[in-house]
Amino acid sequence: MDKWFGQVHANRRVDLSVSSGTVHGIVGENGAGKTTLMNILYGFYRADRGQILIGGKPVGFRHSGDAIAAGIGMIHQHFMLVETFTVVENVMLGAEGSPLLGPAGRWARRKLAELEGEFGLQVPMDVPVGELPVGQQQRVEILKALYRGADILILDEPTSVLSPREVEGLFRILRTLAGRGKTVILITHKLAEIMAATDRVAVMRRGAVVARRRTADTTVSEIAELMVGRQIRPASRGVPVEPGRSLLDVDRVTVRDSAGVARVHDVSFSVRAGEIMGIAGVAGNGQSELLEALAGLRPVATGRILVDGEPAVSGSRDRRRRGVAHVPEDRRRSGLVMPFRACESAILGYHHDPRYGRGLRLDWPAVAGDTRARMEAFDVRPANPQRRTAELSGGNQQKLMLAREVERATKVLLVGQPTRGVDLGGVDFIHDRIRSLRDAGKAILLVSANLDEILDLSDRVMVMAGGRIMGEVPAGRAAEPDLGLLMGGVRGSDVPDRAP
Amino acid sequence: MAAVVVLDSTLRLATPLILAALAGLFSERSGIIDIGLEGKMLGAAFAAGCVAAVTGSAWVGLTAAMAASVLLALLHGYACITHRGNQVVSGLAINILVSGLTAFLAVAWFAQGGRTPQLPDAARFLSMDWPGAGVLEAVPFVGVVYGELLSGHNVIVYLTWLAVPAVALVLYRTRFGLRLRAVGENPFAVDTAGVSVAGVRYRALVCAGVLCGLAGAYLALAQSAGFLRDMTAGKGYIALAALIFGNWRPVPAVLACLLFGCLDAVSIRLQGASLPGLGEVPVQLVQALPYVLTVVLLAGFVGRGVPPKAIGVPYAKEG
Amino acid sequence: MSVTAPDPVSGLPRWSVLGLLPGLNLLAAFAACGLIVLLAGEDPWQAVQVLVGGAFGSGEAVGYTLFYATSFIFTGLAVAVAFQCGLFNIGGEGQALIGGLGVALVCLHLDVLPFLLLLPVAIAAAALFGAAWAFVPAVLQARRGSHIVITTIMFNFIATSIMVYLLVNVMSPAGSMQPETRAFAEHARLPYVHEVAGALGWEIPSSPLNVSLVLALLCCAGAWLFVWHTRAGYRTRVVGASPAAAVFGGISPGTQVLVAMTLSGALAGCMSLNELMGVQHRLVLEFTGGFGFVGIAVALMGRGHPAGIVPAAVLFGALYQGGAELAFEIPAITRDMVVIMQGLVILFAGALEYMFVPALRPFLVRRAVD
Repeated sequence: MDKWFGQVHANRRVDLSVSSGTVHGIVGENGAGKTTLMNILYGFYRADRGQILIGGKPVGFRHSGDAIAAGIGMIHQHFMLVETFTVVENVMLGAEGSPLLGPAGRWARRKLAELEGEFGLQVPMDVPVGELPVGQQQRVEILKALYRGADILILDEPTSVLSPREVEGLFRILRTLAGRGKTVILITHKLAEIMAATDRVAVMRRGAVVARRRTADTTVSEIAELMVGRQIRPASRGVPVEPGRSLLDVDRVTVRDSAGVARVHDVSFSVRAGEIMGIAGVAGNGQSELLEALAGLRPVATGRILVDGEPAVSGSRDRRRRGVAHVPEDRRRSGLVMPFRACESAILGYHHDPRYGRGLRLDWPAVAGDTRARMEAFDVRPANPQRRTAELSGGNQQKLMLAREVERATKVLLVGQPTRGVDLGGVDFIHDRIRSLRDAGKAILLVSANLDEILDLSDRVMVMAGGRIMGEVPAGRAAEPDLGLLMGGVRGSDVPDRAP
Repeated sequence: MAAVVVLDSTLRLATPLILAALAGLFSERSGIIDIGLEGKMLGAAFAAGCVAAVTGSAWVGLTAAMAASVLLALLHGYACITHRGNQVVSGLAINILVSGLTAFLAVAWFAQGGRTPQLPDAARFLSMDWPGAGVLEAVPFVGVVYGELLSGHNVIVYLTWLAVPAVALVLYRTRFGLRLRAVGENPFAVDTAGVSVAGVRYRALVCAGVLCGLAGAYLALAQSAGFLRDMTAGKGYIALAALIFGNWRPVPAVLACLLFGCLDAVSIRLQGASLPGLGEVPVQLVQALPYVLTVVLLAGFVGRGVPPKAIGVPYAKEG
Repeated sequence: MSVTAPDPVSGLPRWSVLGLLPGLNLLAAFAACGLIVLLAGEDPWQAVQVLVGGAFGSGEAVGYTLFYATSFIFTGLAVAVAFQCGLFNIGGEGQALIGGLGVALVCLHLDVLPFLLLLPVAIAAAALFGAAWAFVPAVLQARRGSHIVITTIMFNFIATSIMVYLLVNVMSPAGSMQPETRAFAEHARLPYVHEVAGALGWEIPSSPLNVSLVLALLCCAGAWLFVWHTRAGYRTRVVGASPAAAVFGGISPGTQVLVAMTLSGALAGCMSLNELMGVQHRLVLEFTGGFGFVGIAVALMGRGHPAGIVPAAVLFGALYQGGAELAFEIPAITRDMVVIMQGLVILFAGALEYMFVPALRPFLVRRAVD
């Protein structure tokens, strides 16, 4: 089976077979083609070549309705729920059975109650799903699929938004489902989940299936090697520099979102010159909000942020003045301007720099020259400042952003997800740049959803859960199981607890 | 007595607003901005005027009005759904196009300075007096309410009274309504549930077209005796304002239409009249009130509306 | 506002996006217009000949064409500048009306000033009044999040009501039933181009074309410099392309909304100079004649760039002038045809901008073979 996106070969000659009553894992790095494959199975995209067989019969899916009719249910990474609708309304949407909602609703309610009983998936029926916690929303998604008579359930990165306790609950549900004859396909890039929840596993790399194993017959390290296609090198930390004075102090900071809900609770820490501080945690536990507050993009509700001993005020311009540079988590949304030329993206935030023109005027030849030099220094290919930002690959976009920020980090660099969607060669390059900036005596704060990246780069690791700092682990000990407990919001007794 | 007269003309003036606002409700709750209510109504009025003049039948005229309006709605859908064009631009294009086209064709076909021929009574929707209105006239209050408010309207006014609960039922009590509200909030949820987003949106636009067709026919076949150049005179925009004012819900939107209709009725009565203690009230002030009120509401000074979440965003799978 | 939509023209060569597609869209608009002429029972080809002759056939005709184009340059630029900030300013009509009020107040009450002083004051008044009328929706958008499309539409109607009230009750001379002010003094009028040319010894046919064309062209140059060559213009474009990126870059989207809308309103307001000081020489009702909406068509056709707006404005000027000639020659074809054309251009160059992309793509892009 093959799938093209424009000029990208997202899936190449993928062969996969899954037997019923099992949990089948599909593992691969970001961009390995897992999600594309599943979207084809679900009829959301169409394959350019190849076929799908269910129970030995070839099926052709023109749209997701066909896939549903064939007994496939998909639980997407981002839930496909209407937040203002109740659970019952969401579950019956598209499978109402009757043109009138009255009888349809009564019927749906009865069937839902049966399913809840059969699979142990309790959810309140008349609450708008937007008001439910994410774990429950996921149950609604599973119920939606079961309600449609799904025999094959596909879960795409189902744990990325869950706490460890919710993950355990989910795995219990998956086992129950398999036990009752359903087929479960679990897509993930987390190896521990594969080991914990699956019977068989297929490894994908760059759009192709590179290996199939019985989970019981394999090991984490074997799968990891297959996934990246090379030996995992031991973390090369270089020569640790003796950290200098504190450049970034966070003093009892609380951050609220626009609805007034506290996302970061009373957080305190410091980052010193010459060290990389990594923040680990399950996505959505306040790391993004903390990073944005530190970058001046979110107001601080209470507490203080000090840069080199001086209190900082709100606004990203203040930070740039103080020598704090920021590589944001989402380059497509905020770090770059996709429709702009590369040189226009390369001055974002520094468009007031006098080297780009005097007075009100922007001197484009000067901007382009400067951008070309930066692109060459950071190996952005092609090093053409007139090229549209959107036409650069993800890795090159990321390098363009680093090219803009790194030099400006005279004191502090804040980095979010520095290698998301970046190919392997680019990852090494970016990691080297971050390390050499550390070696040059800057303070670096790293937020990443990729735990390996955190462990690979950081000198110290701090864990956030529920908007609080659960604890701090020195780099050497970071791989210990404590980390998992901390990420799940459980304070390990042997972990140095920073709370007074 | 004066109050009853104002109420009576409120009903008459609010009828096209209510129909257009309900049309906008279908479209916008499905996620498609509908600036083009004005154009659809005007196109429908023109079709009604032409066809009724040629055939001599109000009902054939009404059918033509609906057909014209649905065609315009489909054009909007072709631009916004099929080609994912900008919904505001498309609606505006339809308004301007129809404004030119109707005047142009009216002159070219009928040569009466941009209007369609004066319709005979047989080709119009006339007021229908309910039985007993004359007898009850003498009874105080009841006579006036029955004779003026309830009785004595044309069939489209009564259809409108039926349309309000009907639309609310469709929206909140049927499968189609559930899917329609869902595409306006999260089209991805509908697509992954195996329902075509484009299909639901096209159907919503057709409903909007039918209702705008009724509104246009009302203008040309009931309120006037034929089509007049630019006869909607901003009613489509007022209906849109009422829809926003009513927070995209049927009953509040209809109440807003009645309020705006009432303002219109009052401004007509005030023309040249002098109020005790206030002197002459500028009619323009009363006429501008619907717009001012909508702006004030949009500014969030008196509560804040919550538009459908996916409104104005073209649906695309990749992205 | 939301996720960036997939770019429909990604991978297409630049010449096709800037030249071929707009050309095809315009062609489609003309073709549809031809069909409508057929519907009216007339010969489209004959209509085109009359139209072109009427628009460019004589010096006088060209003067009229450019006179209309002047107004369209102003309103087209107004729409384009707001669009760079991601705003759809539908309120050009109302902003021009209120701008006209400013011009009239200056010309009626400050005509003690000599022409050379009066002119800059009148220009400032046109710009200032227009800007003020755009400023309110801008503040509501920037600070309260009110959708600017809806508020500017509402402000068009409110402006009309105000003008009717003022002209009927306040500004018309005592005893007059006409909703218009007294005529401006002789020196409170803009010189016609044929007068200026005549004074320089160059005889050209008389037409309403006046020196505000020069101001319009200056505005084009100014808008071009502002949008693409200043820091403020850069900030405006960042907000238009990605509000989140603007916030990241330390640019306040709200402030840029105010700046862009103020400029947009000022440009729309200046349109009234051409009409009132140039030709009408008094404040009359509905002098804007829907030209604010023509600006939308002009801006879309000119792809938001002054170099595209000027030819687009001339095209619409030609349609207006040629359309008048057409209505005279062929009574069945009224000037409403121009409005039709305007709607069709907005439809094909705006809402259906990428209609031809799927059909064209195979010819323009060769798929890389893996």
